[in-house]
Amino acid sequence: MKHPGMTNKVYNISNDVFNWSEDNFNRASEIIKKYPNSRQQSAVIPLLDLAQRQNSGWLSKTAIEKVAETLSMSYIRVLEVATFYSMFNLEPVGENFVQICRTTPCWLRGSDKLTKVAKEVSNSKLGETSTDNKFTIVEVECLGACCNAPMVQINDDYYEDLDEDNFRKILIDLKNNKSINKGSQIGRQTSHPKRGNDA
Amino acid sequence: MEGKHHIQKEVMMLKEKDKIFKNLYGFEDWSLKGAMQRGVWSNTKEIIEKGSDFIVEEIKSSQLRGRGGAGFPAGLKWSFMPKDSGKPHYLVVNADESEPGTCKDREIMRNDPHLLLEGCLVAGFAMHANACYIYIRGEYYSEASNLQKAIDEAYANNLIGKNACGSNWDYDIYLHRGAGAYICGEETALLESLEGKKGQPRLKPPFPAGAGLYGCPTTVTNVETIAVAPTIIRKGASWFNSLGRENNTGTKIFSISGHVNNPCNVEEEMGIGLKELIETHAGGVIGGWDNLLAVIPGGASVPLIPKSICDTVKMDFDSLKEVQSGLGTAAVIVMNKSTDIVDAICRLSHFYKHESCGQCTPCREGTGWMFRMMEKMVKGDAKVNDIDKLLDVTKQIEGHTICALGDAAAWPIQGLMRHFRPEVERRIKEYRISEVA
Repeated sequence: MKHPGMTNKVYNISNDVFNWSEDNFNRASEIIKKYPNSRQQSAVIPLLDLAQRQNSGWLSKTAIEKVAETLSMSYIRVLEVATFYSMFNLEPVGENFVQICRTTPCWLRGSDKLTKVAKEVSNSKLGETSTDNKFTIVEVECLGACCNAPMVQINDDYYEDLDEDNFRKILIDLKNNKSINKGSQIGRQTSHPKRGNDA
Repeated sequence: MEGKHHIQKEVMMLKEKDKIFKNLYGFEDWSLKGAMQRGVWSNTKEIIEKGSDFIVEEIKSSQLRGRGGAGFPAGLKWSFMPKDSGKPHYLVVNADESEPGTCKDREIMRNDPHLLLEGCLVAGFAMHANACYIYIRGEYYSEASNLQKAIDEAYANNLIGKNACGSNWDYDIYLHRGAGAYICGEETALLESLEGKKGQPRLKPPFPAGAGLYGCPTTVTNVETIAVAPTIIRKGASWFNSLGRENNTGTKIFSISGHVNNPCNVEEEMGIGLKELIETHAGGVIGGWDNLLAVIPGGASVPLIPKSICDTVKMDFDSLKEVQSGLGTAAVIVMNKSTDIVDAICRLSHFYKHESCGQCTPCREGTGWMFRMMEKMVKGDAKVNDIDKLLDVTKQIEGHTICALGDAAAWPIQGLMRHFRPEVERRIKEYRISEVA
């Protein structure tokens, strides 16, 4: 399963520099305050997340080094966290990072078909970024929205109750920079049993 | 009277007044205003004034069992926290909901976050803790956002923070987002992760109640377990344990997914019949009850049960244990006769291979080996005695690892072979015939 979050190799760009933006520096300081004095290592996951957001969805070597420096941790301790957790991408990703849930509850309701659609629309292989940089499509394990299966996560948001048609439309709209609605695509209220707008 | 009550229970749905999660689907306002209208935070100070011993005893006598999968008696777990250790105490809420099929805590956190926060205060106070970390899975971004807003509201209204609810108890709640690792749902892996390390489970003992987060007394508890606590105290243990049956009391959120007409989360009474649950709430099996093949009744880690058992089994810890399965997280994954049952379990084997943290050899090597063998079983590209070899390997993994992920990887395969071995053998025979031809 090719996935930029599952590689152990650090992708290196020459002359790359990472510095916290002013906002993120302040956010990082607030996050560190959540943990007791001398326990600031606890902030490593939130800070890596912050760095990844600032760095277009992936962690460069310099971003990891910056987190290490901010938390007075050795680089290797931060790197091993960055490689352990699947949400940290160690390679650049497209504008829309599309994670298709493949685990049994989604698969029972047709997740395989969604993968096919995503490959077609993006014209890319799983784990690779499309040539227009619009998409990186990956298959992932259970995202915990099984009563709204099949579902897909695109960047931060969940898209649920999908089928080939509504998923294709989402991807084409994203390709054309149109806004899309998150959540259930059949007008369902969260995981209420009633389908459609009559809930 | 007792008998009549029992008969009524057999046929009736959980009454609206007995539901704890009144905004499970988010039709109403999830913020503080809406929560207060539903009675959350109404007399929290009085509850705290009853004292920590009272709260722990009440939870004990309610017979509440942990809702995260293991079903350990909640009150007993809380009572393991030392009274005066001289160190800070922590309550850590396990919101790393990742067990395939399970999506109940998500609804609590996005639709009724104050129910959880009030529970954090009540349970944390009972454990002599002044701080609580809620560890939410990283992918739940909008859920974390709602929960953080709710925490901010609670601070702004002095419900938590210094002198929480005017109770003279200081209480802080912090939200901590994870970053995508199923293993962090294991309590000690979660603590490692919260300390800023790889999420690899710790050897026990010491147990978290002795040395948990930062080496301090800690209790790690599932979202639903914490969220139901204030309601139990308000309505009384006897109300809670009048629902369900001995040692399997109360209500439970069931996540029903897979081949049903209306997949949904629903709060029901413990011990409801599986068939009744699926037909009453999820619109029945696609193609009708007779089109049912098998159900995984408690999340991916528990063994499946075939239709013959589903016909009569009741949904509680002990009933499902009797049929060699388990209630787990009460995530009901329904599979009808269109399912390739071997592939369905093979997918789960892939999941465990992917999620093994790599610390213990039997799990790290075994989950990969089992997945590759299961892939062969899907095609039939194996020998009949490979089935026994595979089962033997599951037994060598089970019980030989630090945490239960190894067991969880073994059980679905054992369940498959227990009930569908003829199907696996049929594939092997057919494959061999096609090879010869």
